[in-house]
Amino acid sequence: MSEIKKVLTEPLFGKNPIAVQILGICSALAVTTSLKVTLVMCVALTLVTACSSASIALIRNQIPNNIRIIVQMIIIASLVIVVDQILKAYAYDVSKQLSVFVGLIITNCIVMGRAEAFAMKNGPVLSFFDGIGNGLGYSLMLISVGTIRELFGAGKLLGFEILPLVKDGGWYVPNGLLLLPPSAFFIIALFIWALRAWKKELVEKAEFKILPNTEHSGGH
Amino acid sequence: MEHYISLFVRSVFLENMALSFFLGMCTFMAISKKIQTAIGLGIAVVVVLGICTPINNLIYTSFLKEGAMVWASPDFATVDLSFLGLLTYIGVIAAVVQILEMVLDKYVPALYNALGVFLPLITVNCAIMGAVLFMVERDYNFAESAVFGVGSGVGWALAITALAGIREKLKYSDVPAGLQGLGITFMTVGLMSLGFMSFSGVSL
Repeated sequence: MSEIKKVLTEPLFGKNPIAVQILGICSALAVTTSLKVTLVMCVALTLVTACSSASIALIRNQIPNNIRIIVQMIIIASLVIVVDQILKAYAYDVSKQLSVFVGLIITNCIVMGRAEAFAMKNGPVLSFFDGIGNGLGYSLMLISVGTIRELFGAGKLLGFEILPLVKDGGWYVPNGLLLLPPSAFFIIALFIWALRAWKKELVEKAEFKILPNTEHSGGH
Repeated sequence: MEHYISLFVRSVFLENMALSFFLGMCTFMAISKKIQTAIGLGIAVVVVLGICTPINNLIYTSFLKEGAMVWASPDFATVDLSFLGLLTYIGVIAAVVQILEMVLDKYVPALYNALGVFLPLITVNCAIMGAVLFMVERDYNFAESAVFGVGSGVGWALAITALAGIREKLKYSDVPAGLQGLGITFMTVGLMSLGFMSFSGVSL
């Protein structure tokens, strides 16, 4: 039981897939302009990661080592096809907005990375929860970025007006930069900074140290 | 001819794979510490994209598209296999990368050694898959998809080389501890992406 709790909670902050493991950044940047699309993407990715980890863990002892990547790919691709078809059937406009990014879940490094690093070594139940945990860590990051971008960029959340815009007679002047793609980079960079200020052990070592200007500065 | 040149320029600058669509970001962040390796990876991406996009285009137009199987028998006029697309594309990409690896190993060992471990990694680079999916979504024909594939590859290679150049200089600067490494790289790419946005005013 404690094992399951550990694999569920660790990826939320300490081993966050985006901020710490650098996995799955592409979609984090591209789909976060509106919160609705972000939510759909998070659910899709969490489900795919969990199901693919569980199924790969089930057959992990039967997969020959040298073709394992192809086998993992095929399992992941079939799951993504299911998600894609469901979205096209029940949420067509969201699926149009996500465009190629649903298909790109296949090459999303979180799915592949968890399959390779965790599911190949652990049982199906534990792998399932590891997939859910990593999906949640990804969702946490994406939803925070999506909320900031939609709230301050368009004054809305999920399409409902929160901050009345100046052009509609309100008081809020929207920050247009947040709707443009580059803003996601800055927001994620600030998140990484905050996370590392909190968990000091994640800070990377500088390759070069800058020496003080004069050799005998201070003290004497 | 003009059409193809404008498509090429558009895919290199205006719709840069890395900086306007954020595809291939994981490799982009992880393998951009040295200019030398960045260039090697960039070349590999150009080659794979230039081969995979047109091949997938052929497969899409002659097997998967609705009514594409008519050449086999008129009964297949209503067959629509496009739902199999994702599985097929990733299979083709994996196969092309594998074949390319073997061919390079046999005939051009110098290039093979230079690319080293990056070649197999390209299979899971989302820039390749992304370009293929864009090609399908935008309904390019064979020649257009070849130009688009090479163009996107060149754009991606350009971006990763530029980032590696910046990071080589950046390692000498005094960065706040929490931003060291990953954080400052995100900021840099954000600024580069802002720079590339200025191309969006160009109309072709």
